[in-house]
Amino acid sequence: MNFDPRYLDRNFTSVGTRPIRPDGVDKVTGRARYGADFNMAGQLVGRVLRSPHAHATIRKIDTSKAEKLAGVKAVITAADLPDLTDGDAAMYDILDNCMARNKALYDGHAVAAVAAVDARTARQALKLIEVDYEVLPHVTDVDEAMKHSAPLINEATFTEGLEEKPVKPSNVTKRSQFGHGDVHQGFGHADFIVERSFKTEQTHQGYIEPHACVASVSSDGTADLWVCTQGHFVYRQHCAQLLGMEASKLRVTSSEIGGGFGGKTHVWAEPVALALSRKAGRPVKLVMTRDEVFRASGPTSATSIDIRIGARKDGTITAAEATLRYSSGPYAGTWAEIGAMTAFACYRLDNVKTVGYEVLVNRPKTAAYRAPSAPMAAFAVESAIDELAKEIGMDAVEFRIRNAAQEGTRSSYGPVYGPIGIGPTLEAVKNHPHMKAPLGKNQGRGMACGFWFNFGGQTCTDLNIGMDGSVSLAVGTVDVGGSRASLSLVAAEELGIAYEQVKAVVADTSSLGYNDMTDGSRGTFSSSMATISAARNAIKVLRERAAQMWDIPVDDVVWEKGHAIAKGEKHGNLGRLSLKEIATASGKTGGPIAGHSELVADGAGVSFATHICDIEVDPETGATRVLRYTVVQDAGKAVHPTYVEGQYQGGAAQGIGWALNEEYIYGKDGRLQNPGFLDYRIPVCSDLPMIDTQILEIPNPNHPYGVRGVGETSIVPPLAAIANAVSNAVGVRMTHIPMSPPRILAALEAEQAG
Amino acid sequence: MVEVTLWGSLGTAAGGKNKVDIEAKDIRELFRKLAEQYPGLEPWIDRGIAVSIDGVIYRDTWSKELPQGAEIFLLPRLAGG
Repeated sequence: MNFDPRYLDRNFTSVGTRPIRPDGVDKVTGRARYGADFNMAGQLVGRVLRSPHAHATIRKIDTSKAEKLAGVKAVITAADLPDLTDGDAAMYDILDNCMARNKALYDGHAVAAVAAVDARTARQALKLIEVDYEVLPHVTDVDEAMKHSAPLINEATFTEGLEEKPVKPSNVTKRSQFGHGDVHQGFGHADFIVERSFKTEQTHQGYIEPHACVASVSSDGTADLWVCTQGHFVYRQHCAQLLGMEASKLRVTSSEIGGGFGGKTHVWAEPVALALSRKAGRPVKLVMTRDEVFRASGPTSATSIDIRIGARKDGTITAAEATLRYSSGPYAGTWAEIGAMTAFACYRLDNVKTVGYEVLVNRPKTAAYRAPSAPMAAFAVESAIDELAKEIGMDAVEFRIRNAAQEGTRSSYGPVYGPIGIGPTLEAVKNHPHMKAPLGKNQGRGMACGFWFNFGGQTCTDLNIGMDGSVSLAVGTVDVGGSRASLSLVAAEELGIAYEQVKAVVADTSSLGYNDMTDGSRGTFSSSMATISAARNAIKVLRERAAQMWDIPVDDVVWEKGHAIAKGEKHGNLGRLSLKEIATASGKTGGPIAGHSELVADGAGVSFATHICDIEVDPETGATRVLRYTVVQDAGKAVHPTYVEGQYQGGAAQGIGWALNEEYIYGKDGRLQNPGFLDYRIPVCSDLPMIDTQILEIPNPNHPYGVRGVGETSIVPPLAAIANAVSNAVGVRMTHIPMSPPRILAALEAEQAG
Repeated sequence: MVEVTLWGSLGTAAGGKNKVDIEAKDIRELFRKLAEQYPGLEPWIDRGIAVSIDGVIYRDTWSKELPQGAEIFLLPRLAGG
């Protein structure tokens, strides 16, 4: 790669405008094809048998009756997905999660699957599969799972990250620690100390589109997979590895995506569908039901967090400490580690220490959820920060401004910050009209800050110029939030042509080099970098072709505003050649004109946001209503401001649901009690006010246009902002998310009882 | 020679050190020499470590040079949503 990603201040023509998205008409007319919209001739219906037990040894599975049922074409168990992971522990966990081997580890864990000619036959076949379980004691609560008396989920788990290797196994897979300075000394200098414990319940990303795919394995060993995913190249790698295929022989095509938010970064059904198709010799379509999505995809962690923060009378924080316990399902994760890194990232601290514990529980394997792990840590920290400001007698915003991190601050997770936006978002909030609006009875206002790292990754892009001068842009990052529009704007900007001349598509895995998935808020950051690089490579070719057409040295040709221009007085009468003129002549100047780029887009800029929330609480019922909500966030550069605002609003809306209603509820039997949208209540339009947004632009020095990621940070502050608002409305500190009506009433009653 | 700071848990795997001096010109050489000199770090490197150079985080650009005097900080490789 010979590409300079450094930021250069410039005036934009296309970037920063708000054209209609290229996928918009198809989506509003129903033409867009989502995962379940693909069909093939002769396709079978796949269905999965799932464990009804939270924890059980699988003694035996008898599939003989199901196999004899007319219309059943294949039945598979773990025996059809042998362990080919070659010691890769993370891949083995994915394999075991796709199809349980020796033990069922949660209610909903797949134990067998069938492919049949229709759904009715497939369901009948599932009923004919006999599984002999030995039910084991289970644990679903994160704090309970850490106790010595808790049932062991994996007897080979010895806590990693301790100074001495433990002699006994436990449900704690790892301890991680971050920080600097001396917190003991720091607390010694504090005039006020706030110390509290917090809990958050497990939530699901709540994407509207369930997981869906069609797998077709040919008798020659090649295969196709059409799937709803955030990363079709990653799915190809994982599926190929799990099924013992060469990656190049598996072509994966991503569909439109009805929401992912981190939940579609992980394979569940896809290896199963491929294994069924391989065994049946026919295409297999596998669509998860909503019940299956809740029980057996990847929700976020439940958490238990202790916070201690000390400050002097003048409002300077002297020390901050957090212990964070995150559930990861029955497999090892790094979720508490991320929480420990993000917890105090907004602040300038001389003495800080965070410790994270990854905890196994009999729940589904935790997956990423939009800035994974950060919202829960922010809830705990920002609640304690608010409380500390009150104790000192300072305004909550002023207290945060006084302690906010800035350029040159050593972050709580280690490195020193470059230019960052936490201070500007706080100043914007301080001056926002929302902060001065009057409140009524039973109403409260809260605000909170949030941080997310953002990252880049491997990215490959092709830019092809047609003979009519139109431009095809093939990208490998799945468009989850309007990136085809933003990347078309970037291509138009770089080439100096109109947005309407560019058509962006998401290419399949056989048409483009490898791309990491769309996660870490990297879609627009990474693919815009690759698009700029590809466009610059295409411009180089365009200049060469123009030089041929003029019969002058290529060094005498420059590219400006979509045209080749011959520079120098000696070429003064050559006029200029448009991109279209050069493209039309391309057949006679060397053939097609294209620009290609493959790069690792490192150097993503960290992102900060500050949110304000007004809420009304009914003290008789505990019911809440969000009255007003404002998001202020640094985008670096908003390529398509409408979609940046959409990301801000979407994150806030999901955070509101998480803060007020959403939670996984398990019975004593370890079974999920609410696997459906009637009992697991995500916010709908009528629950939400119009969410106001304010985009700040502090350029990322490591992107040519200054772009930072914007997709995730917006979900970090809401839990805390809403908790602060509710606490201010009712006069009781809320410490347990979600703040559902029963939980608010219980907190009020506990306060009254003293 | 560059000074490399390890995050808390990684320091434990390196025998309790939170700073190490390594003669390395780029990230690739840094990881190779870390694994040679501190075998306890090898599984962590295999699983993925990000490198912060003067505050800019690199996850995959192993050819990135380590400038003399730069602040080098090792971090866990992150997941995102």
